[in-house]
Formats: sequence, C-alpha cells, structure tokens
Amino acid sequence: MIDVLYFAWLRERIGLPREAVETSAATVADLVAELSDREERYALAFSDLSAVRVALDQELADFDAPLAGVREVAFFPPMTGG
Amino acid sequence: MEIRLQQAAFLAGDELDGFTARAEGAGAIVSFSGIVRDDSGQLSEMVIEHYPGMTERALEAIAAEAVERWKLIDALVIHRFGPMKPGAQIMMVATAARHRRAAFEAAEFLMDYLKSRAPFWKQEHGPDGARWVAAKDEDEAALDRW
Repeated sequence: MIDVLYFAWLRERIGLPREAVETSAATVADLVAELSDREERYALAFSDLSAVRVALDQELADFDAPLAGVREVAFFPPMTGG
Repeated sequence: MEIRLQQAAFLAGDELDGFTARAEGAGAIVSFSGIVRDDSGQLSEMVIEHYPGMTERALEAIAAEAVERWKLIDALVIHRFGPMKPGAQIMMVATAARHRRAAFEAAEFLMDYLKSRAPFWKQEHGPDGARWVAAKDEDEAALDRW
C-alpha cells in the first residue's frame, strides 16, 4: 500500500486529496500508467507529464525513480511559492 | 535559523527588528517581503495551498544551505498559506551576515529556491472564478545561477 497525494489542479482534476493505492508498480512512471488505465480522470490529469512534478516521501524525484520502500508519493504542478 | 509556516498575518517590521536584535555580530541584514499583487485590478483574493510536512522540510533544507554557503549568522523564513487579500504580505526572508554581499546573495538564493522548490501553489480568485497561477520558465532558469 502506498499513500498517493495530489495537490492544486491535480487534486481538483482527480477529485481527491489523497488515497491509499494497492500497487506493484516498480517506478513512478509505472504507477502513473496504472492510475491512468484505471479511470479517465487520472488519464486526463496525467496527460502532460511535463506539467507534473513528483515527490517520494516528501523529496522531489524523477518519474523513473523506483518505488521500492516508498510510503508516500505526491503529484503536483510546478511550484509557485514566494 | 528560523522557519515559520503559518496562516496568520505577520508584521514584517516587528519580525525584522527581532531578527536584527538576535543577530549578534552581524554587520549586514537584508530582508525581502513578497506581497499579493493584483495586476488585473479584479483579484478578490489569493489562496495558497501547500504540502504539510514537505513544505517545512524543503524550507529548512533551503535555509540551511544558504546559511552554510554564505556563512550567515542567521536566516529567517516566514511563509503564509490560506486566503490572502491583495496587498497582504505573503512571506518574508531575512539574512544576517558580517558583510552585505553575503546577505544580499543569500537572500536572492533563498527567494529563487523558495519559488520553485518549496511546495506552494497560488490560486487567484476573481469575478470569473479561480485560476491556478502557472510557474514561469524564468523562475526555473533562475536556479542555474546558483
């Protein structure tokens, strides 16, 4: 089980802030593919990955990063702080 | 080093006075404040969403790197989240160093990193509804100089 979190417009498009996902995905990209296959709203949210950032256990990561041992995955748009 | 993440408004002047009083041995203090800007004249409010947990970690890491790289005497980061009106203060950073160049550079570094590497997202609310503010390419490019 992995906790998957969504922020900003990804949260709005997918329609929830977090969910527990049962997955055997090896990498972030595999998880994205798995979610996108599940329902249209995921496919839509993940349709342009250049506009999506990912964090694994609260550290920024790449889409090819492995998920082994990861407890929390977060997807969000490029950050706009300051 | 002090990092504060809060919904409540703060008084930048009071914060700066306190920071200055604590920064023993400093010869230079630089501060920056970010303000809610209303370019269209139609902004009713700005709402800032963040990622609790990761936000604190990211701010701590960015501030620690600034302190280390510019041998700062102290650094302060305050960042708000939640709804804010035009003209409100969103955030501030302050840096204390022995000399001004380090204080200026560290403050710029903090701002550049905080904009693109701390998990905050701005949403503008106006008469036509809500709109997520898009990140600018130039903000990402600004990191290259460090």
